[in-house]
Amino acid sequence: MKKQPVKIKEAESSERIKGFREVVLGYSEEEAIEEAKRCLQCKNPTCIAGCPVAIDIKRFILQVAEKDYKEAYFTIRKKNDFPSICGRVCPAEYQCRKTCVFTKKDSPFASEKAINIHFLERFVGDFGVKHDLAIPIETNARLSGTRVAVVGSGPAGLCCAGELARQGLKVVIFEGLHRPGGVLRYGIPSFRLPRDVLDFEINYLERLGVENAPNMIIGKTKSLDELFAEGFSAVFLGLGAGAPSFLGVPGENLCNIYSANEFLTRVNLMGAYRFPEYHTPVNIGKDIIVIGGGNTAMDAARVALRLQNINNIKPNVTVYYRRTEKEMPARRLEIEHAREEGIRFEFLVAPSGFTGKNDGYVDKIRCLRCELGEPDFSGRRRPVPIKGSEFEKTCDLAIIAVGLNANRILTGVTPGLKLDKYGDIIVNPATMETSIKGVYAGGDIVGGEGTVIEAMGMAKKASAAIIEYLSKSR
Amino acid sequence: MKITKKVILASTEDTKVIRIEVYAPAIAKKAKAGQFVVLMVKGEGERIPLTIVEKDEASGTITLIFQELGFTTRLLGKLERDSFLYALTGPLGHPTDIKKYGGVILIGGGVGIAEIYPVAKALKEAENYVITVIGARTKELLILENELKTVSDELHIATDDGSSGKKGFTTEVLKEILDRGTRDMGYGLIYAVGPIPMMKKVSAISKGFSINTVVSLNALMVDATGMCGCCRVTIENEVKFSCIDGPEFDGHKVDWEELEKRSKIYEKQERHICKLNENTT
Repeated sequence: MKKQPVKIKEAESSERIKGFREVVLGYSEEEAIEEAKRCLQCKNPTCIAGCPVAIDIKRFILQVAEKDYKEAYFTIRKKNDFPSICGRVCPAEYQCRKTCVFTKKDSPFASEKAINIHFLERFVGDFGVKHDLAIPIETNARLSGTRVAVVGSGPAGLCCAGELARQGLKVVIFEGLHRPGGVLRYGIPSFRLPRDVLDFEINYLERLGVENAPNMIIGKTKSLDELFAEGFSAVFLGLGAGAPSFLGVPGENLCNIYSANEFLTRVNLMGAYRFPEYHTPVNIGKDIIVIGGGNTAMDAARVALRLQNINNIKPNVTVYYRRTEKEMPARRLEIEHAREEGIRFEFLVAPSGFTGKNDGYVDKIRCLRCELGEPDFSGRRRPVPIKGSEFEKTCDLAIIAVGLNANRILTGVTPGLKLDKYGDIIVNPATMETSIKGVYAGGDIVGGEGTVIEAMGMAKKASAAIIEYLSKSR
Repeated sequence: MKITKKVILASTEDTKVIRIEVYAPAIAKKAKAGQFVVLMVKGEGERIPLTIVEKDEASGTITLIFQELGFTTRLLGKLERDSFLYALTGPLGHPTDIKKYGGVILIGGGVGIAEIYPVAKALKEAENYVITVIGARTKELLILENELKTVSDELHIATDDGSSGKKGFTTEVLKEILDRGTRDMGYGLIYAVGPIPMMKKVSAISKGFSINTVVSLNALMVDATGMCGCCRVTIENEVKFSCIDGPEFDGHKVDWEELEKRSKIYEKQERHICKLNENTT
């Protein structure tokens, strides 16, 4: 007899929109056990193949059911250094849960019946945080003292650093910004990923002996060659995809039109929602429009709504997406949460321009209605603007979240580093090695915009190849 | 990131211009004329860009000069020698294209005087005939006069109130120089840094004489690594990010009106935080 999935507790939407507290409250011990017991413990588990780092899901869930949380934690940590992060931000409905036996084959995303693997992972991760569980370092004597530079402290860099440090290598993470975490810090808001959880997971690396070097822009402050000259034997590039795309429509440079990256960086990294206690300002509008359909768009919209609330402005945020809800790349849970919080959605709409007042601030957005045409290279049906369908809406603040490109600050000044036409680094997919010997890459800089766990999957592959490379060259 | 030296270069009743040296060997090693750093005074602080005025590789320091204009620059002005900046990163932006142009005219307005100094120095070393025009509201706010004298073939001064040099604007001096006629070697470059209206005027004047003009734009920035587009400017109908594509651009191609409006996006918040600060101190 199949039991119903155990629902996760969440903060009331009317309350949570007043601030930046975490929305999903997590399972209690009893709830976790009940959910874990729903797992069929398949003889040939299909869920593991859906996880980019191949966590032994079957095993850790059994350990939770048997109340052996500590061992469950170690089972996960064997494959994933950041369970508390991944349990919160992984789009599980497209990954492990989609391959759960409870999800029908060929379904576009996980069935509601699929085991809530991510919530269980989060439960176990948070148990580890609470009990300060640390994994012993398995020092690889042959490689001890070998130095590896990791460029970028986002999910890929953090993961690679953790894997290498666990084997006793001396790792330094170079980060351009003043705080580590990459998109986990500047992009994902604290109501999805609380900062104490993020800090715990990052600080854990310091306990493994990883050194953080913030404010270092490799490509500017130091070149790749200089890193080798300083005695690093290998380099991992986890540069991410940090350059925002704009729409390229008239009026896009009017005041109060933000890239989602800028808007989220001001709020998440710089603390603008606490201005003037924090000194970075951010503007708020009465009629806010967010353009895009990914997680970034959801984050930006929900942050904007909270800022309206904090500033006693009647919440009014609308997301414009040029396809339909089905094609939205955002996590389903995030879309649901956004809707509960009062975000409105307009589908099949593409902006064609902005108009502004004399003072330079935006006051209206112009759009075209779209219909769906033939599928494009991504398999999603292409939006086709309908002639003569143009309409205008009031808009005093717009946030553009239509995707990111490779940032070329390092790749543009590193001769010999082969790039594809999008500016992404070309790697050997088996080893993640770039065209430069001893230089490896992973995450969004090799694969465009992916997920946190996909970035970590690539970083793990790269770290294994780095170990092998260094072992051979000793 | 330790402040190793602090000198007050100029001070009037309502403002100060301060020079600091900061220990930052990696930046000192790499910095070239025209580049800048981004710094944070403290953890709650904002990230602000400042031009690298000088560097000393031997002592591992860079020199920054700033005017106390708003909240963060005033906070920075309060830091004494031996205190630490919370964050400092660079060198950022493209270096100035230093080569032999023949005759060059550099125009610095206000704290922009500090920003033309490294460029003037480099251009002089590249054997150009360097004419420098500096201007400020009043005599007390003129800085680096002697330093600029040593790297310039001609130094012209303008003050709004006539307390030093010509009474009037730097742009008027520029116009006079150009009206005087071209020197034998021609003017291969006009380089201007200062308030937006000044750079805009310089560009308008030089366009009439068809002289290549480079301006160093002071768009608002956050990360300054090309991540957000806060500093985007329109250069001949093309969107560019000042932090990675600039900060220098062809003055004849800049959409000045847009830059002017975008630079005022947070004026209200700036006034608010400054006022709060006055009340608490």
